[in-house]
Amino acid sequence: MEYFLEQLINGITLGSIYGLIAIGYTMVYGIIGMINFAHGDIFMVGAFISLIAILAIGLTASASFALLLLALILVLAIAMILAAAYNWTVERVAYRPLRGSFRLAPLISAIGMSIVLQEFVRIAQGGRPKPMQPLISGGIELMHTTTERGDFVVRLSTMQIVIIVSTLALMALFTALITRTSLGRAQRSCEQDMKMASLLGIDVNRTISITFIMGATLAAVAGLMFFLRYGVIDFYIGFLAGVKAFTAAVLGGIGSIPGAMLGGMVIGLIEVFWSAYFSVEYKDVAAFAMLAVVLIFLPQGLLGKPEVEKV
Amino acid sequence: MTAATQQSQAGTDYRRIFIDTALTALIALAIIGPIVGMNATAPQGGLVLEYRWTMVFWLVAIIAAGRLFLQLLVWNRPAWVEPIHIKRTGAAAIAIGAVALLVGLSNMDSPVGFLAQIHPSLAAWMIAFGVFALVLGIWLMTSATKEIAEARGAQTGGLMRAVEPYGKYVGVALFLIAVVLPFIPGVDRRIVDLAILMLTYVMLGWGLNIVVGLAGLLDLGYVAFYAVGAYSYALLSTVYFPLWFGEGITPWTFWLVLPLAGLLAACWGIILGFPVLRLRGDYLAIVTLAFGEIIRVILINWYDFTGGPNGVSDIPRPSFFGIPFSNDENGFAATFGLTYSPLQRIIFLYYVILVLALITNFVTTRLRKLPVGRAWEALREDEIACRSLGINTTNTKLTAFAIGAMFGGFAGSFFATRQGFVSPESFVFMESAIILAIVVLGGLGSQIGVVIASIVVIGAFEVFREMAFLKAIMPAGFDPVQFRMLAVGIAMVLIMRWRPRGLITKRDPSIYLKEKKAVSADLVAQGHG
Repeated sequence: MEYFLEQLINGITLGSIYGLIAIGYTMVYGIIGMINFAHGDIFMVGAFISLIAILAIGLTASASFALLLLALILVLAIAMILAAAYNWTVERVAYRPLRGSFRLAPLISAIGMSIVLQEFVRIAQGGRPKPMQPLISGGIELMHTTTERGDFVVRLSTMQIVIIVSTLALMALFTALITRTSLGRAQRSCEQDMKMASLLGIDVNRTISITFIMGATLAAVAGLMFFLRYGVIDFYIGFLAGVKAFTAAVLGGIGSIPGAMLGGMVIGLIEVFWSAYFSVEYKDVAAFAMLAVVLIFLPQGLLGKPEVEKV
Repeated sequence: MTAATQQSQAGTDYRRIFIDTALTALIALAIIGPIVGMNATAPQGGLVLEYRWTMVFWLVAIIAAGRLFLQLLVWNRPAWVEPIHIKRTGAAAIAIGAVALLVGLSNMDSPVGFLAQIHPSLAAWMIAFGVFALVLGIWLMTSATKEIAEARGAQTGGLMRAVEPYGKYVGVALFLIAVVLPFIPGVDRRIVDLAILMLTYVMLGWGLNIVVGLAGLLDLGYVAFYAVGAYSYALLSTVYFPLWFGEGITPWTFWLVLPLAGLLAACWGIILGFPVLRLRGDYLAIVTLAFGEIIRVILINWYDFTGGPNGVSDIPRPSFFGIPFSNDENGFAATFGLTYSPLQRIIFLYYVILVLALITNFVTTRLRKLPVGRAWEALREDEIACRSLGINTTNTKLTAFAIGAMFGGFAGSFFATRQGFVSPESFVFMESAIILAIVVLGGLGSQIGVVIASIVVIGAFEVFREMAFLKAIMPAGFDPVQFRMLAVGIAMVLIMRWRPRGLITKRDPSIYLKEKKAVSADLVAQGHG
């Protein structure tokens, strides 16, 4: 039971990170119908920028909690802005000129962009993993049982609280942004019919750019969280995280933001429980198999609308 | 950009151009600044930042200058500049570039050369300048030629259309060169090895071309079939046959395993193809990617069967139909009365892969004329129309997967016997991406395009190794080999932007109703199925 609870907390934490990345996939897919294959790498870039910003500020774990929190918010802001610049540029350079090209062109271009981002970071920052001491420590003890094998403590670390709380806050913010503001209305109308939206005076290109920027800011948040939680990053983390987050987006129903969050949670929980109860080696197989199963048997996802095939 | 074009009619708006350039520089700084400018290194355990602001400055300056150049001279060209001027400038740039390149190259090797006496790295700068001027000149020439032709109302597509009829002869010429290559004087082991590598990629490219180019199914996990072929040979030729059938059975030889490996890969093609039949283009791509990764993860973790991350070593080298390439009585050299040379085995391998590749090509070109090949192309162009006309899309897709996978399996077997060692490291996603890049570069569906693209891509990888002159002008520790995957990625994006049907050639459907339509296939969205 204790073990289960601990894994549940870990799964929700991991799921929050996947969910944040998945929102970027789902928004972009919803609006222009392409898989932004480079999105996982934007997450990776976000993690790297966070690392660099933390080092540049000179943040260490010895700082007081309030100072630490303030500094981390600054780091987060930097990472969000710069990741947004990355994704905006990617869209301008690699996707916008391809609108109206043949069907596979944007995806091939996105794969190229993903390679470019990975290699760019690898060349500039080196291929070795970058480890760092945890910045935020401490936490709450949820359960403390003594068995004959020794003490077993279920902890909810401060880091996990920070991740889950900020994910929920961002979720609420983005849902409000999509449902309440004129920007969100523009996005939803582009999603339904791009040509009609542009006829009605919506700047489609600008809306799409903003969608990419929003996705990138969330990916940057996920990058910082991932770095703080696991303490080690390298240039290749974006690939796996990207595929898993995409799975989450499809599982939740592509185009739906709550769906992406839900899918992220499910994928995070599956991965964590699979590693805990079956085998750590095959956790990626579980995620990939999940992707195939979902796409084949549940292509509209949990919260998505069934897709109507138009001729 | 439309606003900018309108401005150019009324006179150039320099304020606007200045703001645009400043914004470009700002974004470039945001992108390059932190990642390039602050390198997180760990010299003594803990991470510290190493600052590299000069590099950031130069990169941002180059980007801003390039943008300014485009703004002033391309998008807002002054009215008095005629296309013919640009054409002449281009020609002049080509001439200057060629001269600089030749002068630089001829002075490169000699440390006491004329140029090196002035400055040690002057020759390297000359080469770099020469290459830059050549590329710029070619671009100016082609764009101005196109513009002049358009102004005259002539049909555009210039160079490509002019070269297209000679495609056949290029193929024949390449074939003849390939046949005699090992015996051309001056060809050493290094070149034959490189040619073997190129041919392996040609074969993989042709295999993937069936799936991606002909049937229009984007397969990002193609390397899985390559892995199946490689491991089939690696395992069957080393331990498993004696293990299963007792010590009396000797491990199978290359020629016995080769068809089996192809068959196994084809089976995997069907197994992996079957679940994804219902999926549309990009979903299908992601699922094939997932399958490719699953196979790799299994290869790493199924330690008892595959040897895990260590892979399988001591795979037997191929023999000349039973006669080994060894330096003894029974060896190939002694049997045929030749003097022994290790090159003989390499040349034999070369011909093996050449024949395999030619078989692939032959089968593909034949298949394209059969109903199934026509169905593939129809599927690529429009899946719904295909289904409406009664084509069995299930079988069509599965045959494409199976046949493409089979050739991947053949190539994998060959890879295993050539290397003598296989490990999961060789079958990562990047490998799939390189093969895909070759197919994309060559033009989806084009056979000769794949050949040229393999030569270009694999040759370029070698060139990156050879670009020692860059080391002379770049900061210390610069290694051009590091940049080759970056170049592949950039090439994929640029080709999709400018020539989505392939840089080198394009492949139109084999048959048309009545005539080739004037509407290019590039303009229509295809296969919404």
